[in-house]
This record gives sequence, structure tokens and C-alpha cells, in this order.
Amino acid sequence: MLSRVANSIFWMSRYLERAVNAARLIETQLHMILDLPSLREDPNAWKPLVDITGDGDYFSEKVGAPTRKNVMFFHTFDSAYPHSIKSCLTSARENARSVREVIPSEIWEMINKLYLEVAGMETNLKAFKNPHKFYSDIKIASDLIVGIAYTAMSRGEAWHFSQLGRYLERADKTSRILDVKYFIILPRLDYVGSSMDNVLWSALLKSTSSFEMYRKRFNMISPQNIVDFLVFDREFPRSIIYCVNHAEQSLFRITGTPMGAFNNELERQFGKLSAKLNYAKVSEVMSIGLHEFLDDIQSDLNNIDNAIFENFFAIKQVTDSNHSGYHIQ
Amino acid sequence: MNFESYNPENFYDEFFEKSGQPRAKVKKLIDRINSFPDKELGNRQKAAEAAFMQMGITFGVYGDQSGLEKIFPFDIIPRIIKAYDWDLIDRGVKQRVFALNKFIHDVYNDQKIIKDGVISKEIILSSLAYRKECQGLNPPKGIWCHISGIDLIRDEKGQFYVLEDNLRCPSGVSYVLGNRRVMKQTLPAVFEALPIRPVDDYSNRLTDTLRNLIPESIIKPNIAILTPGIYNSAYFEHSFLAQQIGEELVEGRDLVVMDDFVYMRTTKGFEKLDAIYRRIDDDFLDPTVFNPDSLLGVPGLMKAYRAGNVALANAPGTGIADDKAIYSFVPEIIKYYTGEDSIIPNVPTFLCEDKKDRQHVIDNIASFVIKTTHGSGGYGMLIGPFSSKDQQQQMIENIKKDPRNYVGQPVIQLSRVPVIVKDHFEGRHIDLRPFVLYGKEIYVLPGGLTRVALEKGSLVVNSSQGGGSKDTWVLADDSN
Repeated sequence: MLSRVANSIFWMSRYLERAVNAARLIETQLHMILDLPSLREDPNAWKPLVDITGDGDYFSEKVGAPTRKNVMFFHTFDSAYPHSIKSCLTSARENARSVREVIPSEIWEMINKLYLEVAGMETNLKAFKNPHKFYSDIKIASDLIVGIAYTAMSRGEAWHFSQLGRYLERADKTSRILDVKYFIILPRLDYVGSSMDNVLWSALLKSTSSFEMYRKRFNMISPQNIVDFLVFDREFPRSIIYCVNHAEQSLFRITGTPMGAFNNELERQFGKLSAKLNYAKVSEVMSIGLHEFLDDIQSDLNNIDNAIFENFFAIKQVTDSNHSGYHIQ
Repeated sequence: MNFESYNPENFYDEFFEKSGQPRAKVKKLIDRINSFPDKELGNRQKAAEAAFMQMGITFGVYGDQSGLEKIFPFDIIPRIIKAYDWDLIDRGVKQRVFALNKFIHDVYNDQKIIKDGVISKEIILSSLAYRKECQGLNPPKGIWCHISGIDLIRDEKGQFYVLEDNLRCPSGVSYVLGNRRVMKQTLPAVFEALPIRPVDDYSNRLTDTLRNLIPESIIKPNIAILTPGIYNSAYFEHSFLAQQIGEELVEGRDLVVMDDFVYMRTTKGFEKLDAIYRRIDDDFLDPTVFNPDSLLGVPGLMKAYRAGNVALANAPGTGIADDKAIYSFVPEIIKYYTGEDSIIPNVPTFLCEDKKDRQHVIDNIASFVIKTTHGSGGYGMLIGPFSSKDQQQQMIENIKKDPRNYVGQPVIQLSRVPVIVKDHFEGRHIDLRPFVLYGKEIYVLPGGLTRVALEKGSLVVNSSQGGGSKDTWVLADDSN
């Protein structure tokens, strides 16, 4: 597969996943606020949604106060912010457009349609008149696209690059949500054991679409169980370990290297992260510190991103006897 | 909406012989449309437009901050071509492409046609589309123009003429296929009423045409379509065709030439490429041979081509045969290479290069169309009856300054078909571009792109000048 095409497929599915994560986050917040009247008056109620992005400085400089409207606009339509839903869909669509010949037409058409619909809802901020429906429509559209890919794409390189992009993005987002939300929820000692406490933890689970599946495994909501589930559950498709394992499988299907071995830096990085997750347990993580652990995972994911670029997408140098003076920028 | 108040006026109308009197082959279609409940047709028109939007068959303003995109205007009333007329078009277009291909080969090799005094050396060498770099080239199986589009028009009597030959990178075939797909879902009942020839065979034929360029000994060849990239106005077509034929869509930066072989940069290293359907102009193909500033092309490509290690469709240099001054010699070219008379005539053409012709054009400029000999897309054109005195004066000066660059043709009142204008039908001028593939044999896709000048009275159908399109239905037989 052409390096450029592989790159575009990887980013197409990654941006789509990123857009839908933002939608999920806002939708959960909208729900949570309805359950917590005290939050409705709290001027910082929407601030965690800015903190999660790691772009708090940008927000306070370019946008201002973290009001509901500002935060929603920032996450949804801000064209200057590269991780807003609209920006992500623009990028997903642009990438999809450049690989239309490789992906099933329905995928291109659905991404195109989703983009056009979201862009159309910016006019007079129509989206915010019925935000629950708006964000849930985005989720459904994304599920539809992933579903079409699941039923219509051959399990070749294109498929595995899209899996790689999707799972790496999801691993990153789950770790980020967990990292930020955990520490925001934890200090509210006055809520501990109260129904408020449960509402907040449930919201965290809902923002990763994991509430129902969590309930099937643990009936009690507890911080340690939540960490266990979102990091180490091998069966839940948004847990970090699941995402990393599936990304790894796709990588090794692309390269043809047997799992457990490595031929290059990328495969080595993957093996390292996978070992870290597969052989750790939640009590150890809690004793060394969740934040430190997640920080470490995120830095591993960053290294993997760089290695993917170097390994597959970077322009390859040419040695040509006819073009000794020829160089590639 | 119905045809009761439709007025064909004094033009050749492809639907009506005169007001209220539909042509025989179109009657069924008109009856079906007349039977639609009020507003139904308008709704279907909107549904068709929405389908194009969702399919992303849009153009132009891509990258625009507002995110606004436009579809290529489409009118759901089809254009119908009788089997009898199509037979003439099919034969005429094949004859033309066969002869023009012979001509290109001759020009770049023995130049017999010049030696035999049929066409002057000067007119060929002075063409901007003549590529001296192609002299002595011998493309696989002697085929230069594998993919071409011949623009046809009908005059006020319904007579077909060839208006232009497009032998470089003609675009529009994706609209033929896209229009058909949308029409089948928009007006299935109307579609059923007539024996319409399918157009779906195009992608198989295109694959065969490209495969024909590669030696049989290469069992699993790599073929690619070379595009300038997603910002090109025809990008949709490039990606669509790549998808339809199941081959790679590459940009110049994806390719590299090593030791006179062309390779693609893939996730697993370099992979050899055997044939390229290139959708970039000669000038940009290879900066080491043509325009040195080109960033779109592939350095060394021409050397690999000359070495016979990669095939190009179309071959470089084919533009010589669609120069509009050369066009005026096509009847002689056909006679010279086939011994036959042209099946479809040319529009009478006056070369401004020629002193007598030039004076005639200048004297009658108000009733002439003036075109540049190397132009396309309707740019730099003057339509006498629709131009101001100032514009005419300016054009006369241009002609005097650079006569080789201009030709004049009498204005032809193109045939018309009804289009939907708000809540009723009005007649608009059209042309037809059939698409031709030259592989083991010459194939003409039964359909082609019908372009419509949407502006009232306008004779310019180019999409860059506000033209739209219609689905073109070629009837399998005329017995209905």
C-alpha cells in the first residue's frame, strides 16, 4: 500500500474517533449537569472539559471563561482549534477524500454526510437548541461508519491501518479521561459514599460508553474498580489494554512479524507497552500512583506514534545511480 | 409540471418537432413525466442534488473556509439518442480516433503526411501542443491516444458535427457513470419505460485498455492513475476511476524513478509500476524534460517511458491532434490514413494564420465564434453575437498580433432540450461528449456526457462557464 494512502487511512479513522470522543464527553456532561443542580450555578462546572484536552492555556487565551456555551462551541465548532469536532471531521473527511479509491464508497459518503450535517448545524448554533440529539447523532453516525467498515472492508492493509489509528486514539483518550476525571472527582470528600459520588463516577464511565459493561463486571462503583476496568479489562473494547492489544495485532498483521518478536523500533515499542499493561495489576498501579502510571502510558503512546510515522509514512530516501544529485524534500 | 406550455422556438429541439408535438422516440418519456403529480418532479430534482452532495461529487470551492461546496449542476430530464443516430456517432467517432492516432504517430515518426503535402510542416511545428521531445517515440502497439473524448453538436437541422477533439486528458466520464447511478434511483419508472443501453461496462473496458499496454509476460502488473492531488477540480473523477478499476491512485510524490524504472513508495518499500493513466498535462509530467518548475510530475519518467519500462496513457504529445488549427485538417487526415470520407463532418473552420481566411473572420466577427487554437474549457473564446464592439475590437487586435493562435467558426445554433427552470420547462443548448477507449479495438461508451448551457440563450456548455449536465440515454433499438 502507498505510504501516503496508509497515512491517510490511519488519520481518517483516528480523527473520526477523536471527533466522536469529544461528542461523547459533552453529551455526558450535559446529562451529568441535569443530575447535579449545584453544578448548574458553578462557574467552573464545564472547566474539566477544557482540562481534559490539555489545551487549557489556549482556551483561556483564545476563548475566555469556561461557560457552557464557550466550552461547547470550543469542542464542537471552533475551526481554529484543531481538535474540535468540526476540525476533526474536516480532517477525517479530507483524508477520506484522498483515499476514496481504497475505502468502500459508503464510508466516504457517510463521513462526507456527517461533516456536511455538522457544518450545517453551526449556522445560528442550531446544534445547541437540541444538543442531546445533536451529539448522540454524531455518535450514531460514527458507529455506522465503523460498522460499514467492519462489514465491507477486506482485512488487508487498509483495514489494519484504520484499526491501528482508531485503537491508538481510543487508548490515548481513555487514559486522558481517566487521568483528569479521576483527580477531579476524588477530592470531593463531601460527596464520598453519597449518591452524588455515584453520579460523578457513573458519568466518567458513561463518557467512555462503559457504564453498562462495567456494571456487568462489578456491581459496586469504586475508584479502584473503575481503574481496573478502564485500564485492564481484556474484554471491554475501550479499555486501554484492549486498545493496545488490538492495535498491536493490526501492526503485526501489517508487518508480518510474528507477535512477541520485533524487527524494528516500532514493534519493540509496542511490545514494551503491551508487556507493561499485560503484566501489571491494579493494586500495584494504585500504590505507585495512577497519575504516574498513566503519564508513562501516554508517553509510550507518543513514542509509538513517532515510530509509526518513521516506519511507514516518512518519505523514503532514494539511491539512484542516474540521479546522484537528486534529493527528496 | 408538464410540457404543455413548453415552446421549442426556432431551434432544433431534441424532444419536440414543434410545440405540443413530441418526437416519436421521446413520447413515452414525456407521457410519464406529464403523469407525475404536481411538485413530484421538483422533489426528485432536489433528491438527485442531495445524492450528488452526499456522494461528494462536488467541485471548485474545496478548501474554502466557509466549507461551501457546489455540485456540478445536474438536470434530471434525460437526453435521448436514437439507436440510428448512435450508430452514426459510433462509426464516426471510431473513424476519427483511428485516423488521429495514425496522424500523431506519423507526426512524431516519418512525417509522411507532410512529405505528401497534405498538411504543412509549419502548421505542425508552430503548434504549442507539439512536443519535440516525443520525436521518434514508439509507444506500445502504436497507440498514442488511449482515452479520448470527442465533442459533438447538432445544428438547427439536427445534423451532427464534431466541434472539438480532446486527446489529452478529457474529463467527464465519471459524471456519465455518476449521473446514471443517480438517475436510476431518482426516476426508476421513467427509466424502465425505455430500452436504455447500460454504461457500467466502462471500467472493465478501461482496465482492458490499460492492460493492453503491458507486456503479457508481466503476470501481475501494477497500474496506477496519476493525479495532481485532491485540490484538482477533477480529483473526484481520478479517485472514482481508480476505485472502479481497483488500481492505485498516485500523486507525483508517491513515485520515484530508479535506473529507468518507475516505483511507488509503499509501506513495504518500493514497488515497480508498469502502466500509468496520467491525469496531468504533458507540461507537468517530468520536470527534467518538460516544465522544470513542475512539482506535480515525476523526474525521470520520460526516460523510463522511452526505455519501454513503463507505459503512459495517453502518450505525451497527443495534444498536437487536438490543436484547433490542426482540427480544420481532420477531414483530409481521415482521407489520407483511411481513404474514407469523414462520417461526421467538421464545423467549417477559418484559420487566422491564412491571410484570406483571417480577413473573412475579421470582416464577419459579429457572427463568428473565435477560439484559441490550444485552448480548452471555453477560456479565451469570443462568441460574436453575444459580444460588445469593444470585445470584438480587442479580439481583432489579438488575432493580428498572433494569427496562428486563432481560428474562427460560424456560430452554430446548438440543438436544445428542455430543462427544469423553477416550476416549468425551458429549452437550453447542449452538446455531447462520447468517450472513446483505444485498446485491442476502439470502443465508444454508449452514452457520453451531455453538457447543458444553463444560462438562457447561452451557447457555452463548459462546466467552468456555468454549464451543467444531463444523463444521456442511448436507445438499444428504435422499434418501440
